[in-house]
Amino acid sequence: MIRDITIGQYYPTESILHRLDPRVKLVGTLLFIVSLFLFRSFFGYIAVTIFLFTVIKLSKVPFRFIIRGLKAILILLLFTVFFNLFLTPGDPIFELGFIKISEEGLRSAGFMAIRLTYLIIGSSLMTFTTTPNQLTDGLEKLLRPLGRIKVPVHEIAMMMSIALRFIPILLEETDKIMKAQMARGADFESGGLIKKAKSLIPLLVPLFVSAFRRANDLAMAMEARCYRGGDGRTKMKPLKYKGVDFFGYGTLVLYLVAVIASRMVENIIM
Amino acid sequence: MIRMQIVFDHVNYIYSGGTSHERHALKDINLSIDKGEFIGLIGHTGSGKSTLVQHMNGLVKATSGHIYFNGEDIYGRDYSLKKLRSKVGLVFQYPEHQLFETTVFKDVIFGPNNLGLDKLEAELRAYNALKVVGIGEDLLDASPFELSGGQKRRVAIAGVLAMHPEVLILDEPTAGLDPKGRDDILEQIDKLHKVSGITIILVTHSMEDIANYADKLLVMNHGELVMNQPTKEVFSRYKELEQMDLAAPQVTYLMNILKEKGIDVETDVTTVAEARDEIIKGLKR
Repeated sequence: MIRDITIGQYYPTESILHRLDPRVKLVGTLLFIVSLFLFRSFFGYIAVTIFLFTVIKLSKVPFRFIIRGLKAILILLLFTVFFNLFLTPGDPIFELGFIKISEEGLRSAGFMAIRLTYLIIGSSLMTFTTTPNQLTDGLEKLLRPLGRIKVPVHEIAMMMSIALRFIPILLEETDKIMKAQMARGADFESGGLIKKAKSLIPLLVPLFVSAFRRANDLAMAMEARCYRGGDGRTKMKPLKYKGVDFFGYGTLVLYLVAVIASRMVENIIM
Repeated sequence: MIRMQIVFDHVNYIYSGGTSHERHALKDINLSIDKGEFIGLIGHTGSGKSTLVQHMNGLVKATSGHIYFNGEDIYGRDYSLKKLRSKVGLVFQYPEHQLFETTVFKDVIFGPNNLGLDKLEAELRAYNALKVVGIGEDLLDASPFELSGGQKRRVAIAGVLAMHPEVLILDEPTAGLDPKGRDDILEQIDKLHKVSGITIILVTHSMEDIANYADKLLVMNHGELVMNQPTKEVFSRYKELEQMDLAAPQVTYLMNILKEKGIDVETDVTTVAEARDEIIKGLKR
């Protein structure tokens, strides 16, 4: 049950996207998210869709696996669509008592749904194709200039990689504790909201205790191996750009130009 | 009365079917466990032991095949898994990690309360379960997090015992305990088996422990049930066990070496006490 959550997971396979430098993927994801909010009509929508599906194809991650990750945001998605659909003022195209749907509402609900879906797919593609270690390595390198203004870049990256590393461990732990409590007759599914929240106590308390225990052990293990922050620390696999990475940056620039151009076309037509 | 308490009929279990992580964790398992048996379950790490026992109380659902408890199909439409879980108690590895309440007593009574028993009955069960595992009255109101490792584990086992299961499954109950803690827990389990006659299934890596207590052994290897025989017969096949990263108890090896050296002893010995008697006999011959 708990294993169904695929957001933030790494999908091990061999593809051009997996081989790409994490910095390219980080910058690419950021640009992609920005681009999602740039387009306003059909042309931009086509450009973004083509780009996203090409990347999905290249990543060799099964489509079913990607879709499964969307389940987690289904409620959020429905909420957004609902509010946009019914609460946007404008020309009504459908009316039933106090329920009014305007053309603008329909449009913005549709766009919002697509944007959110693409946002999740886009960012989970990054985590599907990049190991947490690569990701934080990339982030650390990208943010290094901020170190000059006393931002603790290495510490932030280290905290991130530890947090990411702990996600699967804690998920597994949750699964185990859930099973152990179910074996003692605990029921996590039935009952009203308050009963359900109460039934989480036997799960959350042991989970927190175990998270603290693991954090303690990890801190000890790091000290035992003489960890003392980022100063003078070298890497076993330092990040270096290769040919394919420049190609990746090139594609990103082209994509950005296409989206901006489509927006300008919109402005001229409308 | 039905003798065969748990029956597995062609049970298969496949992890994450359809993705790249797919793994065949249980392959065509057939077995039956009788009421009142003391069964040992051994196998190398990742051989499917834990998955197998989680099928017995319906925590994991088989991909194919049937499981019967007291003659009833546990996947039947009207079968209550919650009731099954009260009949088949499962103590997980490191069960002390599931403790959550503010006092020892409250934690143990969690199970009985979930069964919907009345207050007095639930309290009585919790109290008795703690007595069975040897937790004194002075600790009833202590926080479970303040106890020692061995005490915590006993409280966790009491939490399952308080549900009055007919079958008690323990997944490596002695892992990480000191020798005294280990012996205490095993002795208490054995006493429970002898006094109240409940079926015990003990998953362990310690061949010595299992030789001392189990009548019958199940051996798992790469998701398959490869042996299902009385303990002595299984350990006499120690050459095969070694190929599965398992072994026989130390004394079995000792007896084999003694026999090779020309001392006339039986080699199907599995416990230290038996070995002592057999060696004395052998030397007198």
